[in-house]
Amino acid sequence: MKPAPFDYVRPDTLAEACALLAGDEDARLIAGGQTLVPMLAMRLARPARLIDILRLPELAGIRQEKDAVVVGATTRQAHAERDPVIRASVPMLARVLPWVGHPPTRNRGTVGGSIANADPSAEIPLAAVTLGAEIMLATPDGPTSMPADDFFIGPMLTTIGLGECVRAIRFPVWPQPRIGVGFFEISARRSDFAFVAAAAQVALDEEGRCLDVALGVGGVGDRPVRLDVASLVGTELDAASIVEAVNASSNDIEAMSDLHASAAYRRRVAVTLCVRALEEARANASAKPAKGAR
Amino acid sequence: MSADPATFRFVSTNRRVREDRRFVAGHGHFVADVALEGMLHVAILPSQHPAARIVSIDASAALAMPGVHYVLSGDELAAATDPLMNGLDTPKVQRHPLAVGQTRYAGEWVVAVVADSRALAEDATEKVRVSYEPLPFVMNAEEALKPDSPPVHPAHGSNVLLDRTFVWGDVDKHFAESPRHLSFRVTWGRNSTVPIETFGVAASWDPWRDMLDVWASIQMPKYPDQIARALRIPANGVRVHQDVDVGGSYGVKRGIKQTVLVAHLARRLGRPVRLIEDRLENMRGGDAHGPERIFDVEVAFNDDGIVKSMKIRALDNAGAYAGRAPFQLGKPIGAIVGPYKIESVQYRAQSVTTNKAVQEAVRGFGQAPTNYAIETAIDKVAAATGLERIEVRRRNFIRKEEFPYLIPSGSTYDSGDYHTVVDKVVAHIDFAAMERERDRLRASGLLAGIGIAACLEPSGGNSSFEPLLNEKNTTTTWMDSCRINIDGPGFVTVTIHNTSSGQGHETLVSTVIGEVLQIDPDLIRVIRPDSLACLPSNSPVGSRMAIMLGGAAFHAAQKLKAKLTRIAAHQFGVGEDKAVYASGAVSDPNSGRQLGWAELVNIAHRNFHLLPEGMEPGLEATHVMQVPTGNKLPQAGRVQMYPCHSFEFHVVLMAIDPALGKPEIKRYVIGHDCGTVINPHIVKGMTLGGVAHGLGAALLEEFVYDDEGHLITQSFMDYLLPSSHEVPEVEIVHHCTPSPFTVFGQKGSGESGYLGAPAAISAAVNDCVSPLGISFNKLPIRISAIGDAIADAQQGKPQEQAK
Amino acid sequence: MKVDLRINGASRSADIEPRKTLLDALRENFLLNGAHAGCEHGVCGACTVLIDGEPVRSCLMFAVQADGYEITTIEGVAPAPGELSVIQDAFCETHGLQCGYCTPGMILAAHALLQHTITPTREDIVEAISGNICRCTGYGQIIEAVQFAADRLRKANTPRPHHGADQPVEAE
Repeated sequence: MKPAPFDYVRPDTLAEACALLAGDEDARLIAGGQTLVPMLAMRLARPARLIDILRLPELAGIRQEKDAVVVGATTRQAHAERDPVIRASVPMLARVLPWVGHPPTRNRGTVGGSIANADPSAEIPLAAVTLGAEIMLATPDGPTSMPADDFFIGPMLTTIGLGECVRAIRFPVWPQPRIGVGFFEISARRSDFAFVAAAAQVALDEEGRCLDVALGVGGVGDRPVRLDVASLVGTELDAASIVEAVNASSNDIEAMSDLHASAAYRRRVAVTLCVRALEEARANASAKPAKGAR
Repeated sequence: MSADPATFRFVSTNRRVREDRRFVAGHGHFVADVALEGMLHVAILPSQHPAARIVSIDASAALAMPGVHYVLSGDELAAATDPLMNGLDTPKVQRHPLAVGQTRYAGEWVVAVVADSRALAEDATEKVRVSYEPLPFVMNAEEALKPDSPPVHPAHGSNVLLDRTFVWGDVDKHFAESPRHLSFRVTWGRNSTVPIETFGVAASWDPWRDMLDVWASIQMPKYPDQIARALRIPANGVRVHQDVDVGGSYGVKRGIKQTVLVAHLARRLGRPVRLIEDRLENMRGGDAHGPERIFDVEVAFNDDGIVKSMKIRALDNAGAYAGRAPFQLGKPIGAIVGPYKIESVQYRAQSVTTNKAVQEAVRGFGQAPTNYAIETAIDKVAAATGLERIEVRRRNFIRKEEFPYLIPSGSTYDSGDYHTVVDKVVAHIDFAAMERERDRLRASGLLAGIGIAACLEPSGGNSSFEPLLNEKNTTTTWMDSCRINIDGPGFVTVTIHNTSSGQGHETLVSTVIGEVLQIDPDLIRVIRPDSLACLPSNSPVGSRMAIMLGGAAFHAAQKLKAKLTRIAAHQFGVGEDKAVYASGAVSDPNSGRQLGWAELVNIAHRNFHLLPEGMEPGLEATHVMQVPTGNKLPQAGRVQMYPCHSFEFHVVLMAIDPALGKPEIKRYVIGHDCGTVINPHIVKGMTLGGVAHGLGAALLEEFVYDDEGHLITQSFMDYLLPSSHEVPEVEIVHHCTPSPFTVFGQKGSGESGYLGAPAAISAAVNDCVSPLGISFNKLPIRISAIGDAIADAQQGKPQEQAK
Repeated sequence: MKVDLRINGASRSADIEPRKTLLDALRENFLLNGAHAGCEHGVCGACTVLIDGEPVRSCLMFAVQADGYEITTIEGVAPAPGELSVIQDAFCETHGLQCGYCTPGMILAAHALLQHTITPTREDIVEAISGNICRCTGYGQIIEAVQFAADRLRKANTPRPHHGADQPVEAE
């Protein structure tokens, strides 16, 4: 399984890379290559030219801003997994990363690569959509950004156009002191594409009432979706409220059927995992000390 | 059996497996490591159609590409070579390495392109223009049985390759007089062993010596013979280099079509040629799929759970060509009643062609699917009578004192003590505690259950199933061999005459010879000559090498020991029976005289004047051994299949979260009795590996074709191999019931674990879900199917059975 | 394209076309046959090498991308010809292999783990080798080999260059 021939170029700057990309319909970007190279090997993708962006300084680094953490597109998944800033400020991302592929694929695979690949069951896009992250793009007309919700438009499909490149992902940081995340996924084997994945984040006040909540599912339909469980704000996230909110929000979930799981299974288990993710998030948040705790 | 276990010096001790040393250093010698000067590379263009007539092939654009040397079509190859062998008498079912006239499955190899590199060859395959006229196709075995199904081989007349019914014993009478009956269907999905190394072969033709040299990742009896036959050259014009390490095979690396293809090209082009299958070529068209079988089973039993008689109809989906598939229906006849005293059996073996890829010999050669059917029967008998499942098995087991035991289909089981193995496992687990654990899991809201399977591993493989299913085949010889030479300076070198794929044969042989000659096995060198320098061997198949290679090594060593003893006795002037051999030296107890190894070797090699009359100089011995008990052709549908029968007893504790449907194995225990164990590390490895493989077959692995006849599980993204996360810790409980037919009492264990794990794991799933009134009767059992069935049951809907 | 690589501590150069994977380059250009092709699409792990000490699938990298890293193959693990490292010896001790095809990748994955983790739990080991498929052993004796090696390395007080700051050192 050898790829079709291609040229390889490694520009020194992002601007150069985008210019090359914009000028050539048959060019593709390569960073970690963990999803692109298998496609090349099977000749499902046949670019005439690969533009290597893995070492571009503009795409590297993890930056803490006031209310967000900006993760450079070429951040390796393994580095993100161990990064203390992400662990402290974007706990959902830290929580899902160990489930992405295998340790060796995380050593090369990038956060931006997973976002650009847009696999419907991928964990990083799920975290991005659930948290309402922004995808920051480099385009021929200059940098732009868009909500993750709008960026993913179908299975392996994003709004990325000719000459465009993911620069970074801006993950919002929640200000509350008592935050907890929950995450569950189910797959045939531990490291396979998930049939269903659910990610949740909650913030509690000192009395344990919900101040904010975010919930998303992946692997069920053709892209990760955020579910509207805003009705849980103000509640104590008791089991009944959680179940009611999840049921109400998941009525319209589109589910796909394939060799590995039926649509009925996906829809049903999505509800189960959403409930469990919220419960885990609540439990984790409850374990955090309240502000001014004795 | 000729040796007393209590006195073993090396056998049964945990000696390191010497082969491991080169592999941990990355210095194995696999076929892709073989670099021949001027070697050219092959890539394959497959058909995308399940069935199609080949209208035309235009290779002109491909030939014009840089680095491309040749494009081979099926017509040319078929003109230059004989069709590949069929085991059955089905001459109109012809198989060639490249499709001739029509293609019969999606993925079948149509054109071979030869270029300077694999990448260039692949580039060129994209430029070969083949036009097809699609034909009707059939994918489903029950459809293929129908006379109006599209024939995969029109000249054969139908899709039925084999339809043979055996009746052993008074089946009708036993059914009539039994108070209870039940019947069911189970289906074994199409999976295979899928080694991590694909099949590869390199060949080189020397016109000055009329010699074809072959290097291959091969596990095949009579490989050089079949190459010669196909290429229409003398068998002593084929030299297979057997020092190639094989990266796993577990039966499937027969590679004959690949080899004929490459050998023809090497001869045609006058340059070495190699084909290393890529994973897509391997999965789609490597012709290494395994059984795909529907079992319809009826049992006749009584209220005590004693099974008197059984009827089995086994319908196997062979794929587009015969291959070994039909014989994988025949081998299980040698253990058709499992470990049970079932008095009569009716067995209908049906093999049909469809437009799927071809099967090859998969670990156990059909025994694992058959055990799945038999064990399901026993579990259902238990459920019907309300008896506990282990108890039903105990009641039906052949008893220790009843061995050797003749089963209705003509095989005699050599030895066994099934009750003791079960006792040991039950004690080890504390079965009552496991049941309490199951109950505790259930009380916590999970589904939980215990799966049980008891089965045999027939070993010492011969090919008795061939004459059984094809009367024109009168083969009863299935030999193996070993040669030992003690050289002038006194060092021991042994030759073995087969390839190995991880079974540790070098370690096996040196241990056995060291045991007999009472010298350190680590000083014994084991090498593999090429096939022309070899004695006859039939390869590691049918779990035979501990028995056959161990046996041949043992006997050759005994010959040398006797020769050394005789030389010494002659010096002492005493009868041979008065001289005592110990640790490489021989002494005369009466006089106290002793001759050491070096002295004896010196006499043998240099002092002809001191040798007994008629003795050949030197110290060399060979032994070519026939399969124990294998000396008769089938009679009236009965035959002695394999000589030895290992036994295994699996107990699996499983839990399933009902909301998710994912089975979690909480504990896995296997009781294993393979007689005397020559190397415990090796046997443990086989058993653990076999269980992992069985887990894959039960829960994860399947070659799935869609309704358009395309293989949708073409890569490792969809064909799911168990990783370290999926395989649980497995506890092995040992027992040893030696075989009376082998030199140390050893039986085979190459298939251990695999033969019973699918039955045990699926039984565990079914035990988990049975309180909901559902069950699964098709492997693999996928998470989604479990989840959906549970959800339906909880809503009171009837279970949708898998098609 | 001219490619300059650092392999097992030595500088090696070759003219390699862009589409050639690091796996194929190691085997064909540099005659290091220990990395094996099992699937060529990044699932089986038989091609595993270490890039700056971390396991990576060499079938998912092109040789032209591999400059500027310290690449370690199985051939770089043995301390000297004919001598085995502690972890290689451990695999021999427990028979953590049969056919040997997945073994180089498996050993490198284990080697990387033991550089980071002094006292790996069984779960740590399972996770570390989860990207390496073995069809022969069922993983049992492989896990034992890594446990055995961890024990020997710990008792020998072996220094670990990549021992992370966030991993507590176990008191012995």
